[in-house]
Amino acid sequence: MANSREFYWRRLHSLLGVIPVGIFLIQHLIVNHYATRGVESFNNAAHVMEGLPFRLILEIFIIFVPLYFHAIYGVYIAFTSRNNPRQYGTFRNWMFIMQRVTGVFTLIFVTWHIWETRIAAAMGADVNFGMMESILSDPFMLAFYIAGVVSTTFHFANGLWSFLVTWGVTISPSSQRISTYVTIGIFLALTTIGIRAILAFV
Amino acid sequence: MTATETMKEQKMIRFEIYRQDDLDSTPYMEEFEIPYRANMNVISALMEIRRNPFNKKGDKTTPVAWDMGCLEEVCGACSMVINGTPRQSCTALVDQLEQPIRLEPMKTFPVVRDLQVDRSRMFDSLKKVKAWIPIDGTYDLGPGPRMPEKRRQWAYELSKCMTCGVCLEACPNVNSKSDFIGPAPLSQVRLFNAHPTGAMNKNERLQAIMGDGGLGDCGNSQNCVQACPKGIPLTTSIAALNRDTNLQMFRNFFGSDNEV
Repeated sequence: MANSREFYWRRLHSLLGVIPVGIFLIQHLIVNHYATRGVESFNNAAHVMEGLPFRLILEIFIIFVPLYFHAIYGVYIAFTSRNNPRQYGTFRNWMFIMQRVTGVFTLIFVTWHIWETRIAAAMGADVNFGMMESILSDPFMLAFYIAGVVSTTFHFANGLWSFLVTWGVTISPSSQRISTYVTIGIFLALTTIGIRAILAFV
Repeated sequence: MTATETMKEQKMIRFEIYRQDDLDSTPYMEEFEIPYRANMNVISALMEIRRNPFNKKGDKTTPVAWDMGCLEEVCGACSMVINGTPRQSCTALVDQLEQPIRLEPMKTFPVVRDLQVDRSRMFDSLKKVKAWIPIDGTYDLGPGPRMPEKRRQWAYELSKCMTCGVCLEACPNVNSKSDFIGPAPLSQVRLFNAHPTGAMNKNERLQAIMGDGGLGDCGNSQNCVQACPKGIPLTTSIAALNRDTNLQMFRNFFGSDNEV
């Protein structure tokens, strides 16, 4: 029992979901929101992000490594649970299930999204307003992107709730209840920001 | 008067019991109908089947096997899944149950026979997490430190755990794909760490639940606290232990050589 590292992997998984992946998500959604201010505004913001010094290192260590560790370990966690909403149809049990469903869906969405934008950029495509406009002109992709953003913001907000429990911040039932309300607020705010940005490309 | 009595005598209770001869044999469902008596619980109905082991079709069958002990929801032995919910059969009153009453074993545990399961893993977990207070020695150590009365009252609630297994059955993370020990033994760590003498070995219990199948496997579905027949604040215990184990983790890595 004593030699296992599972506890530490789980703690690392919880930490990385918020820092840096969650922080990056917020930053990404906010930069996307420039799209609501017009083509020029978005392209400028995108070029600033593109032109950041040490960009590749930042991307690897702040985004890809933590993101894919969180995602792959998360899939393992998701598939070791045996969901039982029929016996226990409580709010928290549904959130437990949704966290696993959105986790897997977000992994699919994010991987596709990286393929279509970042990998495409590495192959020479220019990431700008026009690129997103052409992706989102397909109604199927528009629906996929909206679902992907909602799934991601849900997974982040609900994950923040369990992050607070896992790190021993919210212990009492009342503090856990209040953090539920706060994280619902965060979910609504981030979803609004994300969807407004998507719709700006349509 | 006689008419109503005859009516009552004819009133039957229907049961659907999921049976299995041993751990590896295929489970099957057998239906039973037994005469109604006032104030029956599931156990008295099972006793009736044992007295007269005929199934609904009228064929003679083997008596249904189940576990029981105290008959007052203190020992935890008679837990089974009743109409989809894991609970004690001694406090499951027939009058309050929808019929046919469906009885299944708690499949989280190995089935011994019919409704009887082997809860050994829970007792093994209690050993793993050192759910006791070591006071043995070669001479009398005298009285231990005093426990504040308020804390004693609070700890009493945690001590009500009867190792019944209902929280393990309710937990989505306790299953054949995971080695999670479940909420019950975790809450016992909080109980023994709260005791003034028990606190002297606090770090040993925390280290134990930081191992394989320990606290890290909790996924916060919070079914356990809903399911616990004793109303033990299991999720509060888990969150409190999260804080304690995190501090222990940092202490192990960054901290001093002072262990407790």
